[in-house]
Amino acid sequence: MQSSSKRTYYLIPYLAWMLLFVIAPIILVVYFSLFDLHGNFSFVNYQNFFTSVYLKLTLSSFWYALLITGFTLLIAYPTAYWLTKTKHKHLWLLLIIIPSWINLLLKTYAFIGIFGVFGPINAFLGMFGIDQQQILYTDFSFIFVSVYIFIPFMILPIFNSLDKMNPTLIDASRDLGASTWTTFTKVIFPLTINGVKSGIQAVFIPSLSLFMITRLIAGNKVITLGTAIEQQFLVTQNWGMGSTIAVFLILFMVIIMMLTGQKDKGVLLNGQNK
Amino acid sequence: MDRTSKFSKVYLALVFIILYAPIFYLIFYSFNSGGTMSSFESFTWEHYAAVFSDTRLIMILINTIIIALLSALLSTVIGVIGAIGIMYLSTRKSRSTLLSLNNVLVVSPDVIIGASFLILFTMVGVKLGFASVLISHIAFSVPIVVIMVLPKLQEMSSTLIDAALDLGASKRDILTRVIIPYIKPGIFAGFFLALTYSLDDFAVTFFVTGNGFTTLSVEIYSMARAGITLTINALSGLIFIVTLLLVLGYYFVTNRPKNPLRSGGPK
Repeated sequence: MQSSSKRTYYLIPYLAWMLLFVIAPIILVVYFSLFDLHGNFSFVNYQNFFTSVYLKLTLSSFWYALLITGFTLLIAYPTAYWLTKTKHKHLWLLLIIIPSWINLLLKTYAFIGIFGVFGPINAFLGMFGIDQQQILYTDFSFIFVSVYIFIPFMILPIFNSLDKMNPTLIDASRDLGASTWTTFTKVIFPLTINGVKSGIQAVFIPSLSLFMITRLIAGNKVITLGTAIEQQFLVTQNWGMGSTIAVFLILFMVIIMMLTGQKDKGVLLNGQNK
Repeated sequence: MDRTSKFSKVYLALVFIILYAPIFYLIFYSFNSGGTMSSFESFTWEHYAAVFSDTRLIMILINTIIIALLSALLSTVIGVIGAIGIMYLSTRKSRSTLLSLNNVLVVSPDVIIGASFLILFTMVGVKLGFASVLISHIAFSVPIVVIMVLPKLQEMSSTLIDAALDLGASKRDILTRVIIPYIKPGIFAGFFLALTYSLDDFAVTFFVTGNGFTTLSVEIYSMARAGITLTINALSGLIFIVTLLLVLGYYFVTNRPKNPLRSGGPK
């Protein structure tokens, strides 16, 4: 009895942190979403959210996030796969991770120069007689920069799951006459699906809420849910509407987490295979 | 087989080039005496000199470092206590509840964290500035420390504690002389991650920073919105070196226990 009260006493700072910064903020966001601009209780923000403006915004935000996640996965999977085949793979992995530790803003800022009208990409295109293009402030530049930023976050979980995979399974599949492609689709990919899922989680949710890349690279042309929240909170000062969008973003987040949730099934299966 | 391996090498090389090119592009033009990121005129240190002579920028840099160190330190303390607390909770259910609540801030988008903390600080009456930025950095670093420390605690055999109890150790002894030394690598990893999270954070800080106080990320954002200034390039050169040192430091600290010479030493 004495020891259990001692243990709860230990937990106080941590529980206080949790109450103040995890539970209270969520409650506050939901609470604020129920007030209109003049501080009256109403569902007007929710009504607004279901108008064409916000529905379109949500859809386009999802579309961009989908594109970003898709391209990131397409680039990251082969990279992770071939990384596991190299000598000193952990050193190479570290080298892949280092760019993700460089400040996000700086990497984004670099692309303002790279994609600029007089930048290297336009100079390169100019060598083939292609006229100067406006690359900055387009959908392409936004997606490219986002994919660039998210690649390491997708590679890491996929690399880990590939690394954990038992290599004899691939030999077995080859011995049984499977082609390289069949081995990949029937053996390797299903066994690394958990890594892919955590990668998708790590990319899709942030890409719904990006706002500084849209501001710097897409020049307010692309509006994501994140941009809308920032706009409502810091520019329009309409915290109610901002909170409403935040509530929906939280809901989407929960849904995505459930869809990509890990059931530890793969691990169990691996154990059984042995 | 040989062709695919050649192709894989080219592919990996391409990914590496694309990942590093923008960073080296930035650093390359930080030595450009012309004011743009497109035509290199001649070599100069003037942009680095500009960084070091700009007292406002230096102040911001110091603020950023103070915030990072303080938040990493305090979140490590809270996180370690939290992880030990979670580990020794009696029921499995309360453990998993706490853990999922713990992970809320890890997966939440920065915008949500920033916006909800802004509401929180305004409601409670914390003045936006140094305090609000520090508190929010501590808040989002705590769960990361917990995540880094928990696996170490789980891997620790409970017989170690039983042995210490049998030998007459007090609860305090067990904590400071058995548990903490054992989970030290996890604590270091958590501290370093908290440090980098704090240094890297832009979105949360942007929401809760108010008018008078700025960190480096927010300052870079407002500079970049105004257009290209090679001072940012010089800054990125400096930040790249510091980041490399941090990564290497982290790498050595977390890999040190594997060194047989070192683990024999403290006895």
